[in-house]
Amino acid sequence: MAKSNKPIFWGLFAAGGTVTAFVTPALVLITLFAAMRFSPDLFTYEVLHAFAANWLGKLIIFGVILVSLWHAAHRLRVTVHDFGVRADTLVAYVVYGIAGLGTFVTIVYLLRI
Amino acid sequence: MSEERQIQLEVLRYNPETDSQPRFQTYTVPCVNEWVVLDALNYVKENLDPTLSYRWSCHMAVCGSCGYMINGEPKLGCKAFIHEYGDHIRVEPLAHFPIERDLVTVVEDFIAKLASVKPYLIPKEDKPISAGEFKQTPAELMKFKQYTLCINCMLCYAACPQYGLVPEFLGPAAISMAHRYNQDSRDGGRDQRQEVVASDEGVWECSFVGACSEVCPKHVDPAGALQQVKVASTIDWYKEHLMPWVKK
Repeated sequence: MAKSNKPIFWGLFAAGGTVTAFVTPALVLITLFAAMRFSPDLFTYEVLHAFAANWLGKLIIFGVILVSLWHAAHRLRVTVHDFGVRADTLVAYVVYGIAGLGTFVTIVYLLRI
Repeated sequence: MSEERQIQLEVLRYNPETDSQPRFQTYTVPCVNEWVVLDALNYVKENLDPTLSYRWSCHMAVCGSCGYMINGEPKLGCKAFIHEYGDHIRVEPLAHFPIERDLVTVVEDFIAKLASVKPYLIPKEDKPISAGEFKQTPAELMKFKQYTLCINCMLCYAACPQYGLVPEFLGPAAISMAHRYNQDSRDGGRDQRQEVVASDEGVWECSFVGACSEVCPKHVDPAGALQQVKVASTIDWYKEHLMPWVKK
């Protein structure tokens, strides 16, 4: 029996699940602060822009977005299957396509900073 | 004092020689609260209807023979107490398996899958008896002990929606059993098992519903085993494809 290639997507899914479990609550909190017009000096535009302009900052942002996107894509694929839609190949192309596009857009925007 | 009560036991009947399709038959069974559903079936067999067919043996959750759908849930007949149910109990054969007769299912598919993962020790090296035993520390034993508790009752296959959809899926118990031997410090057979376990129909058909672990009467936690197998198989994949120079 041939070994499966699913580990490519599952690896990103597992990594994304772990990362988003830590990062998403923090992002929700920061967004809530911003909505309440509470922005300490650490969160000013200039500071965050400088973080995103640094190559290490770019790498971290890229890593977080990459695994989160591919996690969401795989999660959606399985959820659609659990809801009884029996078109796994088509669903896989659509969700992974969106994740791939998101990955590409992330690279373009990060390089432009 | 035991309280006596009457239950309506609705049992699925099917005789392939005379029935075109399965039907339900209801028996009125006088029983006490301490009884389990298997006791009620035995009462029917002994007193009301000797033609009723079902598997059972040990009556103590060790042999794994008496798995049925009880009120729609996979349960061992010997572990499902009457007092946990109302006065109407419906017993059907395990879901996802063909019916052989009444509550007896055809289990060849599971047996073949279990055998395909080589569920036995494959020693790393041949060792003459004179060289002594294979020693193992308590910590090494703890890594797999939980998975040795599987009694092959197949409740996890009846609970797994994925096995219902994709009959080729290797399934929870077989993969847990492969994991049990892979985790054993005395074993060297993982590469052989991975040929089956790491295929599309192996662990990768699992969508982590988790129903297997909920119904497992021995708390093996097959879903946990499958997740660990997925992590290990993913590391294998990345090693094989991104670091082909790393020899196993």
